[in-house]
Amino acid sequence: MRRARVIFHGVRHDATGDGDRLRLDDGSRVAEDEVTWLPPVEPRTIFAVGLNYAKHAQEIKSATEQEPLVFLKGPNAVAGHRSSTSRPADVKFMHYECELAVVIGRTARRVPADAALKHVAGYTVANDYAIRDYLENYYRPNLRVKNRDGATLLGPWLVDASDVADPMNLELTTTVNGKVTQRGNTRDMILDVAHLIAHLSSILTLSPGDVMLTGTPEGVVNVDAGDEVVTEIAGIGRLVGYIVPDAAGAIA
Amino acid sequence: MTSRSIPALLALRGRTQPLGVRVDPAANAVTIDGRRVDASTLDFEVPAIGCLYGAALNFRGLRSQLEPDFYRPPHERPPVAPVLYIKPRNTWLAHRRPVPLPVGVETVEVGATLGVVIARDARRVPRARAAEVIAGYTIVNDVTIPGSGLFRPPLRAKCRDGFCPVGPWIVPRDSVATPDALEIRASVNGEVRMRNTTANLHRDIAALIADVTEFMTLRAGDLLAVGVPEHPPLAQAGDEVTVEVEGLGRLENTLVPEEILLGEVLP
Repeated sequence: MRRARVIFHGVRHDATGDGDRLRLDDGSRVAEDEVTWLPPVEPRTIFAVGLNYAKHAQEIKSATEQEPLVFLKGPNAVAGHRSSTSRPADVKFMHYECELAVVIGRTARRVPADAALKHVAGYTVANDYAIRDYLENYYRPNLRVKNRDGATLLGPWLVDASDVADPMNLELTTTVNGKVTQRGNTRDMILDVAHLIAHLSSILTLSPGDVMLTGTPEGVVNVDAGDEVVTEIAGIGRLVGYIVPDAAGAIA
Repeated sequence: MTSRSIPALLALRGRTQPLGVRVDPAANAVTIDGRRVDASTLDFEVPAIGCLYGAALNFRGLRSQLEPDFYRPPHERPPVAPVLYIKPRNTWLAHRRPVPLPVGVETVEVGATLGVVIARDARRVPRARAAEVIAGYTIVNDVTIPGSGLFRPPLRAKCRDGFCPVGPWIVPRDSVATPDALEIRASVNGEVRMRNTTANLHRDIAALIADVTEFMTLRAGDLLAVGVPEHPPLAQAGDEVTVEVEGLGRLENTLVPEEILLGEVLP
């Protein structure tokens, strides 16, 4: 099943996918453009894995690093399908990252990889923007790059894990204004979803509602105000975002 | 510390609502519904509700100590924006609850710091108005496994279950006259091992709020830990660790090996 959280006529609803429409929790059927999309889950803790696709990692990672790169995000960062994300006027390189997002459904502590997928509630698409201009070599990628308001889109749907036959063979595609700029497949992850859960749960306890962003493949390019960015994962969803100029910057 | 009763907000286990009480930090006493009780008889919950951010490298002494490293790989240059990290929910721990030491971890740092509780969503707050977004203050112990460095986000060092005692209570902003001149002490088994003051912050509280909210929103209920001073004391299994912040009270926890804690709940 595909699940969403939306606002319709000012009221928040849980919804499920019904063909190309949504069925709201009051039974009514509405079109996808009649609702405001919220992230399909309210994340508890958001873990993001960096450098988890071989080719993308080669560009950035130092050879001496053994430990997977994991950073955290706050609730301010999260926004839903069709959200607009602001781009500061003074930056040169802001890019999207199309990522498979894993939502934890069952507490996981020291879970072996071969049992890890049982702890997954479902999957959604993430577009985790970064502003490279603000990178600093302290707790990198630092929060100024990766924890900006409304710069981590999640959605549109949470797809039940039972409906995803093989999470490790999903095509990822990003288009900017309709032109394909990023292509990849989850099979190219360095640590797959099961091993990521095993790794994280060896360090701490994962709880229902925790969300794990699993990294992005090569092919990130700069986006500008006015751009439409579509991050799509086959079988999971097509997440649309827009880039807008920074409002405060415009005032200044 | 002189004995003085001030209003506070605290959460007790089994109660759904936070309690408005009066506390006497010097005497470690709480007055609930007119009855004065010893705080150590109460069963506390973590009073925080939002996201817990910590500011790294925010004490002047720590920065001068690390200054040479700022110019070497992998850092290359000193930090410009506040260096933040998140202590996620699995790390939160109430006053007097045992901190689990993971298997294979012998020693941790006691990360004594002041936590600023945010009153309302705060975005691009100028320094002069920073006080308006502060609801109050609490005590945070940012327990950390030493030696992980500052280059990559500190998941393994800082995000272990129970690695962030918070509490015992929140003291409202107006009851703290001089938040930028509060003594912070860290003790191990009753002996003070570290003493510093928020007067030594690199970014004072207003500057920190201004510079953080320049690039991200701090939400109502979020907690911003202002920084751990240089030379955090080390502690080991069995040690009682205490963080005191002048005028707020004392946050006490004991370090217990994880396998012993789990022994109580596992067959």
